[in-house]
Amino acid sequence: MADDELDRLVIDQIPHLRRYALALVGDRDRADDLVQDCLERAWSRLNLWRRDGNIRAWLFTIMHNLNANAVRKAKRRPRHDPIEDALPPPSVQPAQDDRLELGALRDALAVLPEEQRAVVLLIGLEQLRYDEVATVLDLPIGTVMSRLHRGRERLRRMLAGEASPALRRVK
Amino acid sequence: MSEERRPIPPDDLHGLADGQLDPRRAAEVEAVLADRPEARCVADYRRLNTGLHALYDPVLAEPVPERLARRRASGWRRAGWLRMTIQSAAALLLLLVGAAGGWYARDSMVATRQEQVAMVRPAARAHNIYVAERRHPVEVRAEEEHLVRWLSNRLRMPLKTPDLQSAGFKLMGGRLLPTERGVACQFMYEDAQGRRLTLYIRNDLPGNRETAFQFGQDEGGVAVFYWIDGSKGYAISGQMPREDLLGIARKVYDQLEG
Repeated sequence: MADDELDRLVIDQIPHLRRYALALVGDRDRADDLVQDCLERAWSRLNLWRRDGNIRAWLFTIMHNLNANAVRKAKRRPRHDPIEDALPPPSVQPAQDDRLELGALRDALAVLPEEQRAVVLLIGLEQLRYDEVATVLDLPIGTVMSRLHRGRERLRRMLAGEASPALRRVK
Repeated sequence: MSEERRPIPPDDLHGLADGQLDPRRAAEVEAVLADRPEARCVADYRRLNTGLHALYDPVLAEPVPERLARRRASGWRRAGWLRMTIQSAAALLLLLVGAAGGWYARDSMVATRQEQVAMVRPAARAHNIYVAERRHPVEVRAEEEHLVRWLSNRLRMPLKTPDLQSAGFKLMGGRLLPTERGVACQFMYEDAQGRRLTLYIRNDLPGNRETAFQFGQDEGGVAVFYWIDGSKGYAISGQMPREDLLGIARKVYDQLEG
């Protein structure tokens, strides 16, 4: 593959990186800072990318590592979250309204633990396969699935109007 | 029977909502799901996905901020560096020649010269070469449905061919062309009098410029209207009066950018 074609592959992904970053960090400037850091690292390491791999997954891996470092530095909460130890059963309580209120979804996403938010977004928004997400986040697939489940169930409960443990905790 | 009593594993509910189950398992889950409360979960997971797209997909359509596009410069390679140097030298030379000739070259005119090199000249040359062809004017004929798909793949952008029937021009077909750094394509149109015009598209322009609709004329006398939108450049070429071509070029612009 020619260098220019390789550059093009990365450039084509920039809108996707921006979309994911915005959904992940919730703030436009911080999101684009993250994309910029990710691109700088990607340009300098492009020769390390396996040519037969999924370039988007590779870029998300870089972005995730950068973000995880930033989050780790800024983290005030303890890493281990005891509330999440038990896998909740799926809530069968119906949501109040069939149409999703987008503002409420954005707010609910913002209070989701970062690690769950990343999984929910990589799968629901970026449509990565479960095994690709496991590679990107360097996690066993079982952990990916349990984070997906916890994240979505928490979103459902928040959107159904239940006070969520996450909301109470940040007060 | 016992299968129906057992709760459906959450992984299957997510897999179904995300379309990530193999078709057989998906059918099994759907079959038991019908009269189960978990159906609500799958519907909600799907709505979450739809909601995420509704919230964040607009970002995909936004122009990439300059600072992100510009960072490409840090990925310079020798060839890219050399190309930039040659372009700068050419721009400087034009500036000097222009000054000596009695006019003062503003930045925008230098940029226009670059566009002459990037858009007008290659479009006009490709026009001249293939319009003259009687037997093989196009590589793939318009009737072949893979024409647009093929060229979209090669240019890495979704293409469509403007409909110019209202101006009397019918699409003949298209072809792939080389550029100095990648590929371009050309669509050719013909009217009842046998007049031909071409639409030249490339998707490998450096930088992140945007231009309005511009007129350029190559040394060969071919009139060219073009515009640039980021890495994408579009040019309509024809051997006809400027006003006639302008009317057609506007139709093209409206259909591609509208």
